[in-house]
Amino acid sequence: MLVRIFALLLALLSWPVTALAELSSAANADYEKAVLGLNQMSFVKKQQTLNQLMNTPAFATDPRTVPVLSAFAEGQLFFSKSAQRLVTIEAVNEGMLTKDILTGESLGVLPKTDGKRVLINNGLRGQVKGALAGLQLASSDNATRMAAAKSLIVASDTAFLPLLDNAIAQEKEEDVLRSLAVARSMIQIKSEDVEQRRKAVESLEGALEPEVITALTAITGKTGNGDFVEPDESVRNAAQAVLTSAERTRAAYKSVEDVIFGVSLGSVLLLSAVGLAITFGVMGVINMAHGEMMMIGAYTTYVIQQLLPHHIEYSLLLAVPAAFLVAGLVGVVMERGMIRYLYGRPLETLLATFGISLILQQAARSIFSPLNKAVSTPEWMSGLWEINPALSITFNRFYIIIFSLLVFAGLIIALKKTMFGLQMRAVTQNRAMASSMGIRTGWVDAMTFGLGSGIAGIAGVALSQLTNVGPNLGQAYIVDSFMVVVFGGVGNLFGTLFGALTLGIANKLMEPMTGAVLAKILVLVFIILFIQRKPRGMFALKGRFVEG
Amino acid sequence: MDNFKILSLLRGDRPGTITLALVIALCAIVPVLNLLVPPDSPFYLSSYTVTLLGKYLCFALLALAVDLIWGYCGILSLGHGAFFALGGYAMGMYLMRQIGDRGVYGNSDLPDFMVFLNWTELPWYWLGFDMFWFAMLMVAVVPGLLAFVFGYLAFRSRVTGVYFSIITQAMTYALMLAFFLNNAGFGGNNGLTDFKEIAGFSLQAESTRISLFVLSGAALVLGYIVCRYIISSKLGRVLVAVRDAESRTRFMGYRVEHYKLFVFVVSAVLAGIAGALYVPQVGIINPGEFSPINSIEIIIWVALGGRATLYGAIIGAFVVNYGKTYFTGAFPELWLFMLGALFVVSTLFFPKGLVGMVQQWQDSRANKRARAAVEGVA
Repeated sequence: MLVRIFALLLALLSWPVTALAELSSAANADYEKAVLGLNQMSFVKKQQTLNQLMNTPAFATDPRTVPVLSAFAEGQLFFSKSAQRLVTIEAVNEGMLTKDILTGESLGVLPKTDGKRVLINNGLRGQVKGALAGLQLASSDNATRMAAAKSLIVASDTAFLPLLDNAIAQEKEEDVLRSLAVARSMIQIKSEDVEQRRKAVESLEGALEPEVITALTAITGKTGNGDFVEPDESVRNAAQAVLTSAERTRAAYKSVEDVIFGVSLGSVLLLSAVGLAITFGVMGVINMAHGEMMMIGAYTTYVIQQLLPHHIEYSLLLAVPAAFLVAGLVGVVMERGMIRYLYGRPLETLLATFGISLILQQAARSIFSPLNKAVSTPEWMSGLWEINPALSITFNRFYIIIFSLLVFAGLIIALKKTMFGLQMRAVTQNRAMASSMGIRTGWVDAMTFGLGSGIAGIAGVALSQLTNVGPNLGQAYIVDSFMVVVFGGVGNLFGTLFGALTLGIANKLMEPMTGAVLAKILVLVFIILFIQRKPRGMFALKGRFVEG
Repeated sequence: MDNFKILSLLRGDRPGTITLALVIALCAIVPVLNLLVPPDSPFYLSSYTVTLLGKYLCFALLALAVDLIWGYCGILSLGHGAFFALGGYAMGMYLMRQIGDRGVYGNSDLPDFMVFLNWTELPWYWLGFDMFWFAMLMVAVVPGLLAFVFGYLAFRSRVTGVYFSIITQAMTYALMLAFFLNNAGFGGNNGLTDFKEIAGFSLQAESTRISLFVLSGAALVLGYIVCRYIISSKLGRVLVAVRDAESRTRFMGYRVEHYKLFVFVVSAVLAGIAGALYVPQVGIINPGEFSPINSIEIIIWVALGGRATLYGAIIGAFVVNYGKTYFTGAFPELWLFMLGALFVVSTLFFPKGLVGMVQQWQDSRANKRARAAVEGVA
């Protein structure tokens, strides 16, 4: 008895499970059959399949729908004749490594002739993208919904109107809501109703997306036979007003962007010049090998990445102190071995350090080959920080600005707040007096030169993220570095900061008008003329030790 | 011209006279060895060697120009390559116009690169370059004018020493960028090339090559005499005074900036002439000639040869360039190491250059002889 009851219970319990399994496998078969409909010859039939997928709630919410439709829209969906399945291709070599898109199973390597691309046309692609956007609008992830809203602004198809209304009603996130509203207005400016068109145009006030500008420009324009595209004058005027204000805002953001580019160029200049501001500005040594110190820093970054191929994320953090030490050491050796015999003979120093720069360049060529080396960028440095549709900054620009200011601040602290900084300033101001106070001037000279060279090495780490790492890396920056130091005023670190930022911003503000090369030439000519006015730079040191 | 006067210039300048005699001898022997000796003879000089030697002669004239301002007036110009290149471009523009309709596009009004860029007419600054005399005038005027303007501004506001060096470097760098621009009208990246003839003589002909070689030699000799004339005049004394104690010279009432400007312009014109002789021999001029490293290399010729000795500059130019030709051919890897080491070694150990070394060796030998003589007497 007990056994029978137990068996019954078991049967009762298991019935829904097996039934559900049967049901779901049946649903799955339906789903797979429906999806296979995409592989029909006729685009009308494909269209019907798409509608079926979207209008059946169980199909639309299936997690496999999004990847299938994305692959379909991008032309990456294939039909395997042997397996009679829809597949994606992972790799193509002799044959193709294929994967079943619905089950995720690998189907192994199939001959190339086995796969047939599931074709799509432009009209259908637009609809698929819209459908994908609709699916993504239901996502719980803010970024996904935002991306979907943006793709709807681009698509701007009446078919999405109900979808958008629905999404707007449910949306809580303000940014997404704004983009959705823009997408809705973009559809409604094509409405039949004049009043609705005017409202839509007016609601676009403040939108900065390029698509909006294009659409509004189209409304205010004329067709081929001289008629206005928009028959109603009030709508035209409204569009014109919105367009004018949008373009003014965009122009303002463009200037902001130019200034940001200028600041980022200025901070690169600052990084490359600040080491020189120590060796040339404070010590008075014309170090023509300064560029090669940056090159050493950049190669150090490369070597560290080669040593730690699995920790690219941290390699830069490690490269900064390493580059400082390596370049600083080379600097100390240079100072002790050569430069100290040449103090007070600036022109000879110039020639000898130039000789060193040639030797270091050729050494880099012999050790690492004359070809440029690839230094990879860690993940956290790539990408874009989008502030609004008209203004965005790449992260590496942003980090370079922060980094150069940190280096600069660190240097100021080292000079003003440490014992070594005090000794260094004492030696540069009055060597004989410093020496009689018991400061080892020779040691301070070596350390100061090492410090300047080390900072050039750090600059090289930053440059390795911006340009090619090769033997000629330093040469491109040496003239600029000297210009910055001389412009800002020799011996004055804040002058160098000022000079770097001024020249960077001036260069970038001129670029849209003159082109990059001419802007650079004009800046150089400006500096040459400026030095005539103020031969000792913007913020010249005053006092008796100036002539020394 | 009074021959004795020139000879009196060379009196007391024995090494200089010897160097000049060697240059003149070279100009006499090379044509004979190239034209009259049959090609299978071991004494035959190939056209390649003639062109190479002609290049060295132009470089020697350039070195002379740099030594005049650096050795005798203390102005270290890191932009003298720019004057050389400007003279070269003036000559190049003349040679370009001589191509006429023999270019690839067969356009007799425009050089090929302008046709390629869809230009319809010659820019104003190309006008006149089809005339030989005008182009030759420009060879001297363009570098001279640039030196005058640049020098006037710089010397007037007393930009001296390293600052002057750095802005001259900026000048040649800016010019390089400008000449690289395609729409500047100087052929951009490729520069000017494919020359056919000069003043009606084909540039391919042996006789033209030899004539250009001899002309370069003559220009070098003339340049030497001009420099020698300047430095042995009273003006030359002032220049040396400026080099050694600029402020003191100014306080004595000399207008230092005028002296500097004069010698800077003369030097730029000499460099321009050297460039103009260089271009038809090598057959190309491009913006690379403006690159700052070229200008610095000139300094090392002078430093290695012996600063403030005119003949030292000539010797330095020949030695370093011969070394460059040899090493870039035989051990291309080693050349930059060699050049770099030359810079370091010559500034640290031989500040007076090769000439100074020879001098030192002669002095010590003379000393020894004198001592031996004294001991002999005792």
